[in-house]
Amino acid sequence: MSTPYAKLPAWADYGLIPLINLAVAFIVAGLVVLLVGENPFRAAVILVEGAFGRGQGIAYTLFYATNFIFTGLAVAVAMHAGLFNIGGEGQAYVAGLGVGLVCLALDRIVPWYVTFPFAIAGAALFGAAWAFIPAYLQARRGSHIVITTIMFNMIAASLMIYVLRDILKPEAMQEVKTRMLEAGAQLPRLNWIIELFGTAKIRSAPFNVSFLLALVMAYLVWLLIWRTKLGYEIRTFGFSQKAARYAGISEVRVTIIAMLISGALAGMMSINAIMGDQHSVYVDLAGGAGFIGIAVALMGRAHPVGIILASILFGVLYQGGAELSFEMPAISRDMIVIIQGLVILFAGALEHMFRPYIQTLFASISPKSVGMAAVKGEGA
Amino acid sequence: MSFFDVIIQTLDSTIRLSVPLLLACLAGLYSERSGIFDIGLEGKMLAAAFAGAAAASVFHSAWIGLGMAILVSVSLALVHGFASITHRGNQIVSGLAINFIAAGSTIILGQAWFQQGGRTPALAPNERFEAITLPGAEAVRSVPIVGPIYSELLSGHSLLVYVAFLAVPFTWWVLFRTRFGLRLRAVGENPAAVDTAGISVAWLRYRAVICTGILTAIAGAYLSMVQSGGFVKDMTAGKGYIALAALIFAKWRPVNAMFACLLFGFLDALAIRLQGAPLPVIGKVPVQLMQALPYILTVILLAGFIGKAIPPRAGGVPYVKER
Amino acid sequence: MAEAAIELIGINKSFGAVRANRDINLEITRGTIHGIVGENGAGKSTLMSILYGFYQADSGEIRVNGKPATIRTSNDAIATGIGMVHQHFMLVDNFTVLENIILGAESDALLKSSIAKARSELERLEREYGLEVDPDAIIEELPVGLQQRVEILKALYRGAEILILDEPTGVLTPAEADHLFRILKQLKDQGKTIVLITHKLREIMAITDSVSVMRQGTMVATRETKKTTVEELAELMVGRRVLLRVEKGEAKAGEVKLSVKNLVVKDQRGVTMVDDVSFDVRAGEIVGIAGVAGNGQSELLEAISGIRKAVSGSVTLDGKPIDLTGAADPGELRQRGLAHVPEDRHHVGLVLAFEENENSILGYHNDKRYLKGPLLDVDAIMADAKDKIAKYDIRPANPRLKTANFSGGNQQKIVLAREIEQDPGVLIVGQPTRGVDVGAIEFIHKRLIAMRDQGKAVLLVSVELDEIRSLSDRILVMFAGRVVGERGPEASEGELGLLMAGVEQKEAAE
Repeated sequence: MSTPYAKLPAWADYGLIPLINLAVAFIVAGLVVLLVGENPFRAAVILVEGAFGRGQGIAYTLFYATNFIFTGLAVAVAMHAGLFNIGGEGQAYVAGLGVGLVCLALDRIVPWYVTFPFAIAGAALFGAAWAFIPAYLQARRGSHIVITTIMFNMIAASLMIYVLRDILKPEAMQEVKTRMLEAGAQLPRLNWIIELFGTAKIRSAPFNVSFLLALVMAYLVWLLIWRTKLGYEIRTFGFSQKAARYAGISEVRVTIIAMLISGALAGMMSINAIMGDQHSVYVDLAGGAGFIGIAVALMGRAHPVGIILASILFGVLYQGGAELSFEMPAISRDMIVIIQGLVILFAGALEHMFRPYIQTLFASISPKSVGMAAVKGEGA
Repeated sequence: MSFFDVIIQTLDSTIRLSVPLLLACLAGLYSERSGIFDIGLEGKMLAAAFAGAAAASVFHSAWIGLGMAILVSVSLALVHGFASITHRGNQIVSGLAINFIAAGSTIILGQAWFQQGGRTPALAPNERFEAITLPGAEAVRSVPIVGPIYSELLSGHSLLVYVAFLAVPFTWWVLFRTRFGLRLRAVGENPAAVDTAGISVAWLRYRAVICTGILTAIAGAYLSMVQSGGFVKDMTAGKGYIALAALIFAKWRPVNAMFACLLFGFLDALAIRLQGAPLPVIGKVPVQLMQALPYILTVILLAGFIGKAIPPRAGGVPYVKER
Repeated sequence: MAEAAIELIGINKSFGAVRANRDINLEITRGTIHGIVGENGAGKSTLMSILYGFYQADSGEIRVNGKPATIRTSNDAIATGIGMVHQHFMLVDNFTVLENIILGAESDALLKSSIAKARSELERLEREYGLEVDPDAIIEELPVGLQQRVEILKALYRGAEILILDEPTGVLTPAEADHLFRILKQLKDQGKTIVLITHKLREIMAITDSVSVMRQGTMVATRETKKTTVEELAELMVGRRVLLRVEKGEAKAGEVKLSVKNLVVKDQRGVTMVDDVSFDVRAGEIVGIAGVAGNGQSELLEAISGIRKAVSGSVTLDGKPIDLTGAADPGELRQRGLAHVPEDRHHVGLVLAFEENENSILGYHNDKRYLKGPLLDVDAIMADAKDKIAKYDIRPANPRLKTANFSGGNQQKIVLAREIEQDPGVLIVGQPTRGVDVGAIEFIHKRLIAMRDQGKAVLLVSVELDEIRSLSDRILVMFAGRVVGERGPEASEGELGLLMAGVEQKEAAE
């Protein structure tokens, strides 16, 4: 309470400050580009063109964004309950097993639209299950959920390699993955939607119906958090555990349910990877999307709309980054990992770094806009 | 090969494998004992591994490599300090950010500077920290039992291995026998007590994260300049997280940390040696289970089923002077 | 020749809009024990924190031993010979006594010589002042009385000539407190100057040479202890405020609604905060609990409302028991007609980050009126919120506004509207007008009286004696966890003030 944050107008709080943080992250990333001897402005142009220039690029951008929407929502739901779920990566990976088992069982007998709902259930179930133990240990035994979810990411990696190599891999195959899934487990592509806007024929982009599932989930998360009783309880708990206690909200219940939902959402990312793209369950199928979810949720301020926008931004970085590495051999797609780190740093850990300056600025331009309403009468 | 030789060799690789864990674990100990959680050990180690190998190959000197490793790792540690001490940001978020920044930039810079697919050039012998033969090691080699233990197990390691194991008593001494250590432990437990005693909480914590930076640098340098002859992308492969697990497992104590790291190193060595071959009594154990065991054990410990790991009380909480 | 150890001249300090210290002047004679008394929030602790360098005064001058002193940090204070024993001990719990004592005062980079020095110094202090404590004991294994002794030793080890003690007896048993006083007297005899901050007048009379009274951030009087009385101090402390009389008729007390029997509650440290408390609250009456903050009122409220577990005793609501052992579910108690306006509206009664309408259902979010299946009935909630805003004149009249942006008075109205409009049989209220502007105070008071007149049972806890006196039909005074007396609303301020200060009453007065 020693330095109460003066109020800023909402547009500055939700628009200006995140944009400044993002801009700083990109400026620092630009410095890295300079360091490897390339022109950051040209890099930015290639990036954007690569992502939006052709229908193919757009499709890939949205394909990647699909992954990040799922994992971003996952992190956001936990965040609303005041929990930091670093385990999205592991939850998505293990959920791949749930999806895989459903697909392996059904892909030869039923069409995709029958497999799809079962796969969603499988993903949600396995993802939630992988989140359950850390949630339970936090709620009941007080183990720090951050540490346990990190541990569970590592355990998931070992478990999945074991399952894939020793159990699911067909004898004859070299690569560690399941057999190729057939038509009944392949999700239809949505590239035609982009073609409707007059782009050239899209040959091979894996943009598929999981994107629609992601949008539905974003809507459901919005509904859950802001329109249901459970969401109300989750937010109360996340803002103030004391108020939750006062309101008769069970700490154990909220912690566990929020984490189950979070794990289920992270798990659905594997549908996009398995049924939408690779048509098999393979090693490291989450591919870091679980971690990008953290950046996306922080940037999107844990709101589904913000998450969708942030996911598309990261989709652009992924797709554009791939193009970039053709044009500028010095820059590989790993550039995104740096940007991701910088976004997490500036939009997350250093979230308030620029705030005092912005406040001073606002106060000098228009003192009224930073009214001290809340401070009045808050005496000891 | 006799059973005894197998044991010696397994223990020897246990030592080699536990060294980076031990250095990173002790690194984390300084930071966390001061109340700053650090999940960014992995990133700092990786960046140091790259900086060390890169500088060593460019300047043809292992020592310059080590110096550069320290410079880079300490800089990252200071970023973590800036976010979590000065700006009271979320320590987990900050640590995570550093891991990603390190993972990405080592590859990008490596590719840009050396064009070897993210590798640094293979280091020449003088660019690495080479094995040191302890006095008399050759002479006693033929003595049964003691000979192999001395000449195989204890002798023939790199300087950094000895540094790692000497860092254990040294850390203990710093922590429990020096003024700095007393204050460091105090600030992680009750920063208000430190503040009212007229000591700067921030400066103390900054010094702690600098210590963390130096030790993760040595851990990274060991990976790229001792264990392998150059940097390979993502070469830490989760070792920073195992070190974190070991730190919890050791209940934030230096000597325990050594045993935890040796245990985790031993599990790793065993997994490599067995390669899925059956163990006596237990039967066949999947390699992956052995690899996951450190994490599983840590989770069980955290759940309070084997003892209780109580972290420093002020850990993870930014210090705000109360009214 | 009496010489001033400390002179404070024109000290001012504000926190935001709150003026914690206004133009304070104070002179403390060397080698004496000087008491500073005042109610909670009178500004005592702030003043002492300024003296100890924890805060900076906005203006004013500090002189130590006649010389102007610049005290910017605790270090400066220590260097000028000022030591402080904080209300919440500044000790590292898992360190030994020795380690705590040398922390920050180590003689060199290695501990060995410091520890040896501290050990012999401790022996000397033990001899001179009777401050014995095992130097190798771990702090958390020591009883609070000894922990406090370590705090005193810490200050003496640093060469403190002036020792400030902030509410030192709050956590002590009477025997421990007596021992502390003996030590303080001994320190005085050795020439140390002692500043004792307390709200307990008995202690002031027993041990100090002179006493200053603070009220609402100002220094209202300084007296020689010998020449003053408890009555005078009590009056100076609470002041002769204009009593806000609320129009109210005779209470028509009906059947017992809430009954508390032999209740014992401990806080998280295991200290008994509520000690064998029993009372009834009947329909149609307001029972007020007076007392200085920290005497167990908060824990009492929390136990009754199901937020905190009780150790033993029983509470019945409408004749049916409340489960105290498993911390009864506050939601269930609400359904049974127990509404609770908590003391801490910022962290407990409200979620400040919520919109106003969201807070207007906190705790009642399970109510069918606000739900459509699993979904919140946003229209119903909004209509309900608007209704309450109109009825309670909550401003600004915007149910979508973030709760943090309402003033204290309006925030409190949000809580009151929510709890009262549920038409509960029993209302328990903690500090209903803390940090609330004058206009809202009157409104809130009228509401509480109206509740009573509708035949509800109201239990009111407040540190504002005015409020207790003007609202209550019966007044219970709590001191050190116990109910030390019951009075009617006609009881004088002085009488209640004495009870609140823990001064034992002649049994004849009963």
